[in-house]
Amino acid sequence: MISNAALTDLIIKMADDELIQGHRNSEWTGLGPVMEEDIAFSSMAQDKIGHAWALYRILHENLGGEDPDRFAFMRPESAFKCSHLVEMPNGGYDFSLMRHFLFDHAETVRYESLQESSYEPFQQLSKKLKGELKYHTLHANAFILQLSNASEEGYARMQTALNDTIALAAGIFEPSAAHEETLITEKVYPGEKALYNRWLDRIYPVLVKASLNLPDMKTVAPVYGGRQGFHTTHLAPLLKEMGEVFNLDTEASW
Amino acid sequence: MSNDSLDPRVNRLKLGDANAVIKVEEGENWNVYEVFHQEKRGAHHEHVGCVHAPDPQLALVFAKEQFARRKKCVNLWVVRSADILAFDVEDEDMFANNLEKNYRDASGFKVMEKINKFKQSK
Repeated sequence: MISNAALTDLIIKMADDELIQGHRNSEWTGLGPVMEEDIAFSSMAQDKIGHAWALYRILHENLGGEDPDRFAFMRPESAFKCSHLVEMPNGGYDFSLMRHFLFDHAETVRYESLQESSYEPFQQLSKKLKGELKYHTLHANAFILQLSNASEEGYARMQTALNDTIALAAGIFEPSAAHEETLITEKVYPGEKALYNRWLDRIYPVLVKASLNLPDMKTVAPVYGGRQGFHTTHLAPLLKEMGEVFNLDTEASW
Repeated sequence: MSNDSLDPRVNRLKLGDANAVIKVEEGENWNVYEVFHQEKRGAHHEHVGCVHAPDPQLALVFAKEQFARRKKCVNLWVVRSADILAFDVEDEDMFANNLEKNYRDASGFKVMEKINKFKQSK
Protein backbone atom coordinates (compact mmCIF):
# COMPACT_ATOMS: atom_id res chain seq x y z
CA MET A 1 0.00 0.00 0.00
CA ILE A 2 1.49 3.33 -1.11
CA SER A 3 1.42 6.14 1.42
CA ASN A 4 -1.46 8.49 0.60
CA ALA A 5 0.24 11.46 2.24
CA ALA A 6 3.33 11.00 0.06
CA LEU A 7 1.27 10.59 -3.12
CA THR A 8 -0.85 13.62 -2.31
CA ASP A 9 2.24 15.76 -1.76
CA LEU A 10 3.75 14.72 -5.11
CA ILE A 11 0.52 15.23 -7.04
CA ILE A 12 -0.09 18.71 -5.61
CA LYS A 13 3.44 19.82 -6.55
CA MET A 14 3.08 18.54 -10.09
CA ALA A 15 -0.43 19.90 -10.55
CA ASP A 16 0.31 23.34 -9.11
CA ASP A 17 3.31 23.69 -11.42
CA GLU A 18 1.09 22.88 -14.40
CA LEU A 19 -1.69 25.23 -13.31
CA ILE A 20 0.52 28.24 -12.63
CA GLN A 21 2.72 27.68 -15.69
CA GLY A 22 -0.42 27.28 -17.79
CA HIS A 23 -1.89 30.47 -16.41
CA ARG A 24 1.32 32.44 -16.95
CA ASN A 25 1.64 31.23 -20.54
CA SER A 26 -2.01 32.05 -21.18
CA GLU A 27 -1.21 35.67 -20.33
CA TRP A 28 0.48 35.80 -23.75
CA THR A 29 -2.79 35.11 -25.54
CA GLY A 30 -3.43 37.96 -27.95
CA LEU A 31 0.05 39.37 -27.39
CA GLY A 32 2.18 36.69 -29.06
CA PRO A 33 4.86 37.75 -31.55
CA VAL A 34 2.96 36.46 -34.60
CA MET A 35 -0.50 35.00 -35.00
CA GLU A 36 0.63 31.42 -35.60
CA GLU A 37 2.77 31.45 -32.47
CA ASP A 38 0.05 33.14 -30.45
CA ILE A 39 -2.28 30.26 -31.25
CA ALA A 40 0.33 27.57 -30.64
CA PHE A 41 1.48 29.01 -27.31
CA SER A 42 -2.08 29.57 -26.09
CA SER A 43 -3.04 26.06 -27.08
CA MET A 44 -0.13 24.62 -25.11
CA ALA A 45 -1.09 26.79 -22.12
CA GLN A 46 -4.53 25.18 -22.23
CA ASP A 47 -2.88 21.76 -22.34
CA LYS A 48 -0.98 22.60 -19.14
CA ILE A 49 -4.17 23.57 -17.36
CA GLY A 50 -5.67 20.32 -18.62
CA HIS A 51 -2.76 18.43 -17.06
CA ALA A 52 -3.38 20.21 -13.76
CA TRP A 53 -7.08 19.34 -13.91
CA ALA A 54 -6.30 15.66 -14.58
CA LEU A 55 -3.99 15.55 -11.56
CA TYR A 56 -6.49 17.34 -9.27
CA ARG A 57 -9.04 14.77 -10.39
CA ILE A 58 -6.77 11.93 -9.35
CA LEU A 59 -6.56 13.60 -5.94
CA HIS A 60 -10.31 14.03 -5.80
CA GLU A 61 -11.31 10.60 -7.03
CA ASN A 62 -8.64 8.39 -5.48
CA LEU A 63 -7.20 10.20 -2.50
CA GLY A 64 -10.11 11.96 -0.86
CA GLY A 65 -9.16 15.40 -2.20
CA GLU A 66 -11.47 18.32 -2.78
CA ASP A 67 -13.38 19.13 -5.97
CA PRO A 68 -10.75 20.17 -8.59
CA ASP A 69 -12.16 23.67 -9.21
CA ARG A 70 -12.45 24.52 -5.54
CA PHE A 71 -9.01 23.07 -4.89
CA ALA A 72 -7.49 25.14 -7.70
CA PHE A 73 -9.19 28.45 -6.98
CA MET A 74 -9.88 28.62 -3.25
CA ARG A 75 -6.65 27.55 -1.58
CA PRO A 76 -4.55 30.15 0.27
CA GLU A 77 -1.14 30.95 -1.21
CA SER A 78 0.72 28.96 1.46
CA ALA A 79 -1.13 25.77 0.44
CA PHE A 80 0.29 25.98 -3.08
CA LYS A 81 3.36 23.88 -3.81
CA CYS A 82 4.45 25.24 -7.19
CA SER A 83 8.10 26.03 -7.91
CA HIS A 84 9.29 29.64 -8.10
CA LEU A 85 10.10 29.19 -11.80
CA VAL A 86 6.45 29.13 -12.83
CA GLU A 87 5.47 32.06 -10.60
CA MET A 88 7.77 34.53 -12.31
CA PRO A 89 6.08 37.19 -14.45
CA ASN A 90 6.36 36.62 -18.19
CA GLY A 91 8.93 39.29 -18.91
CA GLY A 92 9.94 39.25 -22.57
CA TYR A 93 9.23 36.44 -24.99
CA ASP A 94 12.85 35.30 -24.60
CA PHE A 95 12.31 34.63 -20.89
CA SER A 96 8.95 32.94 -21.45
CA LEU A 97 10.31 30.70 -24.21
CA MET A 98 13.33 29.64 -22.18
CA ARG A 99 11.10 28.85 -19.20
CA HIS A 100 8.82 26.87 -21.53
CA PHE A 101 11.83 24.94 -22.85
CA LEU A 102 13.26 24.12 -19.41
CA PHE A 103 9.89 23.38 -17.81
CA ASP A 104 8.56 21.17 -20.59
CA HIS A 105 11.65 18.99 -20.70
CA ALA A 106 11.42 18.61 -16.91
CA GLU A 107 7.76 17.70 -17.30
CA THR A 108 8.58 15.19 -20.03
CA VAL A 109 11.20 13.25 -18.05
CA ARG A 110 8.82 13.19 -15.08
CA TYR A 111 5.87 11.80 -17.03
CA GLU A 112 8.10 9.32 -18.87
CA SER A 113 9.21 7.92 -15.54
CA LEU A 114 5.58 7.67 -14.43
CA GLN A 115 4.80 5.23 -17.23
CA GLU A 116 6.41 2.62 -14.99
CA SER A 117 4.99 3.95 -11.75
CA SER A 118 3.61 1.53 -9.19
CA TYR A 119 0.67 3.94 -8.90
CA GLU A 120 -1.81 2.96 -11.61
CA PRO A 121 -3.44 6.40 -12.23
CA PHE A 122 0.04 7.81 -12.99
CA GLN A 123 0.63 5.12 -15.62
CA GLN A 124 -2.61 5.95 -17.39
CA LEU A 125 -2.14 9.71 -17.26
CA SER A 126 1.45 9.62 -18.46
CA LYS A 127 0.51 7.48 -21.46
CA LYS A 128 -2.31 9.87 -22.30
CA LEU A 129 -0.10 12.97 -22.19
CA LYS A 130 2.82 11.51 -24.12
CA GLY A 131 1.88 12.96 -27.52
CA GLU A 132 1.06 16.41 -26.15
CA LEU A 133 4.38 16.66 -24.38
CA LYS A 134 6.19 15.53 -27.50
CA TYR A 135 4.72 18.49 -29.37
CA HIS A 136 5.51 20.92 -26.53
CA THR A 137 9.19 19.99 -26.51
CA LEU A 138 9.35 19.95 -30.33
CA HIS A 139 7.99 23.50 -30.30
CA ALA A 140 10.38 24.60 -27.57
CA ASN A 141 13.44 23.04 -29.23
CA ALA A 142 12.59 24.56 -32.62
CA PHE A 143 12.29 28.04 -31.12
CA ILE A 144 15.44 27.83 -29.03
CA LEU A 145 17.43 26.77 -32.10
CA GLN A 146 15.80 29.32 -34.38
CA LEU A 147 16.34 32.31 -32.10
CA SER A 148 19.83 31.36 -30.93
CA ASN A 149 21.05 30.84 -34.49
CA ALA A 150 19.24 33.85 -35.98
CA SER A 151 21.32 36.88 -35.09
CA GLU A 152 23.72 38.22 -32.49
CA GLU A 153 20.86 39.89 -30.66
CA GLY A 154 18.78 36.70 -30.69
CA TYR A 155 21.71 34.67 -29.42
CA ALA A 156 22.58 37.15 -26.66
CA ARG A 157 18.99 37.32 -25.48
CA MET A 158 18.58 33.54 -25.36
CA GLN A 159 21.83 33.18 -23.41
CA THR A 160 20.67 35.84 -20.94
CA ALA A 161 17.30 34.11 -20.62
CA LEU A 162 19.08 30.81 -19.89
CA ASN A 163 21.29 32.44 -17.26
CA ASP A 164 18.22 34.01 -15.64
CA THR A 165 16.11 30.84 -15.52
CA ILE A 166 18.51 27.97 -14.87
CA ALA A 167 18.62 28.21 -11.06
CA LEU A 168 14.85 28.62 -10.94
CA ALA A 169 14.39 25.63 -13.24
CA ALA A 170 16.72 23.49 -11.12
CA GLY A 171 14.32 24.34 -8.27
CA ILE A 172 11.64 22.22 -9.95
CA PHE A 173 13.51 19.23 -8.55
CA GLU A 174 13.25 20.17 -4.87
CA PRO A 175 12.94 16.88 -2.97
CA SER A 176 10.48 16.42 -0.14
CA ALA A 177 12.23 15.78 3.19
CA ALA A 178 9.25 13.83 4.47
CA HIS A 179 8.18 11.78 1.45
CA GLU A 180 11.01 11.40 -1.04
CA GLU A 181 12.35 8.11 0.36
CA THR A 182 8.90 6.55 0.60
CA LEU A 183 8.01 7.42 -3.00
CA ILE A 184 11.28 5.97 -4.32
CA THR A 185 11.05 2.81 -2.21
CA GLU A 186 7.43 2.30 -3.22
CA LYS A 187 8.50 2.74 -6.87
CA VAL A 188 6.04 5.56 -7.45
CA TYR A 189 8.75 7.49 -9.26
CA PRO A 190 12.57 7.49 -9.38
CA GLY A 191 12.96 10.61 -7.21
CA GLU A 192 13.90 14.22 -7.89
CA LYS A 193 17.65 13.63 -8.08
CA ALA A 194 17.26 11.03 -10.83
CA LEU A 195 14.81 13.21 -12.77
CA TYR A 196 17.13 16.20 -12.47
CA ASN A 197 19.96 14.20 -14.08
CA ARG A 198 17.71 12.92 -16.87
CA TRP A 199 16.54 16.50 -17.47
CA LEU A 200 20.11 17.75 -17.86
CA ASP A 201 20.75 14.95 -20.36
CA ARG A 202 17.76 16.17 -22.39
CA ILE A 203 18.41 19.89 -22.45
CA TYR A 204 22.16 19.71 -22.93
CA PRO A 205 22.21 18.47 -26.57
CA VAL A 206 19.69 21.13 -27.61
CA LEU A 207 21.68 23.88 -25.91
CA VAL A 208 24.84 22.64 -27.63
CA LYS A 209 23.12 22.79 -31.03
CA ALA A 210 22.03 26.32 -30.20
CA SER A 211 25.63 27.15 -29.10
CA LEU A 212 24.25 28.26 -25.74
CA ASN A 213 26.41 27.80 -22.65
CA LEU A 214 24.84 25.86 -19.83
CA PRO A 215 26.34 27.31 -16.63
CA ASP A 216 28.37 24.89 -14.51
CA MET A 217 25.54 23.29 -12.55
CA LYS A 218 27.81 22.76 -9.54
CA THR A 219 27.91 26.52 -9.12
CA VAL A 220 24.16 26.97 -9.55
CA ALA A 221 22.15 26.98 -6.32
CA PRO A 222 18.63 25.68 -7.14
CA VAL A 223 15.86 28.00 -5.99
CA TYR A 224 13.95 25.94 -3.45
CA GLY A 225 11.05 26.80 -1.14
CA GLY A 226 8.02 26.59 -3.40
CA ARG A 227 7.38 22.95 -2.56
CA GLN A 228 7.15 23.88 1.13
CA GLY A 229 4.66 26.68 0.55
CA PHE A 230 7.13 29.59 0.52
CA HIS A 231 6.54 31.72 -2.55
CA THR A 232 7.71 34.80 -4.38
CA THR A 233 5.68 38.01 -4.18
CA HIS A 234 4.42 37.27 -7.71
CA LEU A 235 2.19 34.35 -6.76
CA ALA A 236 -0.43 36.13 -4.62
CA PRO A 237 -1.53 38.62 -7.34
CA LEU A 238 -1.63 35.78 -9.88
CA LEU A 239 -3.89 33.67 -7.65
CA LYS A 240 -6.17 36.63 -7.02
CA GLU A 241 -6.58 37.27 -10.72
CA MET A 242 -6.90 33.59 -11.65
CA GLY A 243 -9.67 32.97 -9.10
CA GLU A 244 -11.42 36.30 -9.57
CA VAL A 245 -14.41 35.03 -11.53
CA PHE A 246 -14.73 31.74 -9.64
CA ASN A 247 -14.70 33.51 -6.31
CA LEU A 248 -17.54 35.89 -7.28
CA ASP A 249 -19.84 32.95 -6.61
CA THR A 250 -18.15 29.74 -5.55
CA GLU A 251 -21.44 27.81 -5.64
CA ALA A 252 -22.39 28.77 -9.19
CA SER A 253 -22.74 25.92 -11.62
CA TRP A 254 -21.01 26.30 -14.99
CA MET B 1 10.97 59.10 -39.68
CA SER B 2 10.37 56.38 -37.16
CA ASN B 3 7.56 53.96 -37.68
CA ASP B 4 5.65 52.43 -34.83
CA SER B 5 4.47 49.18 -36.31
CA LEU B 6 3.63 46.44 -33.83
CA ASP B 7 5.11 43.96 -36.30
CA PRO B 8 8.86 43.56 -35.80
CA ARG B 9 9.22 42.41 -39.41
CA VAL B 10 8.03 45.83 -40.55
CA ASN B 11 10.30 47.65 -38.11
CA ARG B 12 13.32 45.70 -39.30
CA LEU B 13 12.84 47.17 -42.78
CA LYS B 14 13.83 50.58 -41.35
CA LEU B 15 11.35 52.41 -43.53
CA GLY B 16 12.47 56.00 -43.82
CA ASP B 17 12.39 58.35 -46.75
CA ALA B 18 9.80 57.27 -49.28
CA ASN B 19 12.41 57.28 -52.05
CA ALA B 20 15.01 55.27 -50.16
CA VAL B 21 15.76 51.75 -51.35
CA ILE B 22 14.48 49.10 -48.97
CA LYS B 23 16.99 46.35 -48.38
CA VAL B 24 15.71 43.03 -47.06
CA GLU B 25 18.44 41.04 -45.35
CA GLU B 26 18.59 37.29 -45.81
CA GLY B 27 16.36 35.56 -43.27
CA GLU B 28 14.68 38.78 -42.17
CA ASN B 29 11.34 38.05 -43.67
CA TRP B 30 9.41 34.91 -43.21
CA ASN B 31 8.17 32.63 -45.93
CA VAL B 32 4.65 31.47 -46.54
CA TYR B 33 4.22 27.69 -46.37
CA GLU B 34 1.24 25.81 -47.77
CA VAL B 35 -0.14 23.20 -45.38
CA PHE B 36 -1.47 19.79 -46.39
CA HIS B 37 -3.46 17.73 -43.94
CA GLN B 38 -3.83 13.93 -43.86
CA GLU B 39 -6.86 12.60 -42.03
CA LYS B 40 -5.89 8.96 -41.84
CA ARG B 41 -3.02 6.79 -42.91
CA GLY B 42 -3.05 6.12 -46.63
CA ALA B 43 -5.45 9.01 -47.37
CA HIS B 44 -4.51 11.93 -49.61
CA HIS B 45 -2.91 14.97 -48.05
CA GLU B 46 -5.38 17.80 -48.64
CA HIS B 47 -4.51 21.46 -48.85
CA VAL B 48 -5.96 23.30 -45.86
CA GLY B 49 -4.30 26.73 -45.81
CA CYS B 50 -0.99 28.38 -45.10
CA VAL B 51 1.28 29.60 -42.29
CA HIS B 52 4.07 32.15 -42.01
CA ALA B 53 7.32 30.72 -40.68
CA PRO B 54 11.06 31.39 -40.74
CA ASP B 55 11.94 27.81 -41.70
CA PRO B 56 10.27 24.49 -42.60
CA GLN B 57 10.63 23.07 -39.08
CA LEU B 58 8.77 25.96 -37.47
CA ALA B 59 6.24 25.88 -40.31
CA LEU B 60 5.39 22.32 -39.26
CA VAL B 61 5.26 23.36 -35.60
CA PHE B 62 2.84 26.17 -36.44
CA ALA B 63 0.80 24.10 -38.88
CA LYS B 64 0.12 21.50 -36.20
CA GLU B 65 -1.73 23.98 -33.99
CA GLN B 66 -3.31 25.97 -36.83
CA PHE B 67 -4.75 23.08 -38.77
CA ALA B 68 -4.60 19.88 -36.74
CA ARG B 69 -5.86 21.14 -33.40
CA ARG B 70 -9.49 20.12 -33.73
CA LYS B 71 -10.11 17.69 -36.54
CA LYS B 72 -8.60 14.25 -36.84
CA CYS B 73 -5.11 14.27 -38.27
CA VAL B 74 -2.29 11.76 -38.58
CA ASN B 75 0.24 13.74 -40.60
CA LEU B 76 0.97 17.13 -42.15
CA TRP B 77 3.06 18.37 -45.06
CA VAL B 78 4.39 21.87 -45.44
CA VAL B 79 5.73 23.24 -48.71
CA ARG B 80 7.14 26.70 -49.30
CA SER B 81 4.56 28.50 -51.43
CA ALA B 82 7.31 29.87 -53.65
CA ASP B 83 8.32 26.30 -54.55
CA ILE B 84 4.96 25.51 -56.10
CA LEU B 85 4.75 25.80 -59.87
CA ALA B 86 1.35 26.86 -61.19
CA PHE B 87 -0.23 27.96 -64.47
CA ASP B 88 -0.80 31.62 -65.05
CA VAL B 89 -4.34 32.90 -64.56
CA GLU B 90 -4.59 33.78 -68.27
CA ASP B 91 -3.86 30.15 -69.17
CA GLU B 92 -7.27 29.19 -67.86
CA ASP B 93 -8.44 28.91 -71.52
CA MET B 94 -6.51 25.66 -71.82
CA PHE B 95 -9.22 24.04 -69.76
CA ALA B 96 -12.17 25.79 -71.43
CA ASN B 97 -13.45 22.91 -73.59
CA ASN B 98 -13.21 20.22 -70.94
CA LEU B 99 -16.97 20.13 -70.38
CA GLU B 100 -17.69 19.38 -74.03
CA LYS B 101 -15.44 16.36 -74.10
CA ASN B 102 -17.94 14.22 -72.21
CA TYR B 103 -16.74 11.12 -74.06
CA ARG B 104 -13.88 11.29 -71.57
CA ASP B 105 -16.24 10.87 -68.64
CA ALA B 106 -16.22 7.47 -67.02
CA SER B 107 -20.02 7.79 -66.75
CA GLY B 108 -20.27 6.94 -70.46
CA PHE B 109 -19.50 3.30 -69.81
CA LYS B 110 -22.58 1.12 -69.31
CA VAL B 111 -21.25 -1.59 -67.01
CA MET B 112 -24.21 -2.39 -64.76
CA GLU B 113 -25.84 -4.50 -67.48
CA LYS B 114 -22.74 -6.63 -67.80
CA ILE B 115 -22.36 -6.92 -64.03
CA ASN B 116 -25.99 -8.02 -63.64
CA LYS B 117 -25.62 -10.55 -66.43
CA PHE B 118 -22.53 -11.91 -64.77
CA LYS B 119 -24.30 -12.19 -61.41
CA GLN B 120 -27.24 -14.02 -62.95
CA SER B 121 -24.97 -16.48 -64.70
CA LYS B 122 -23.55 -17.60 -61.36
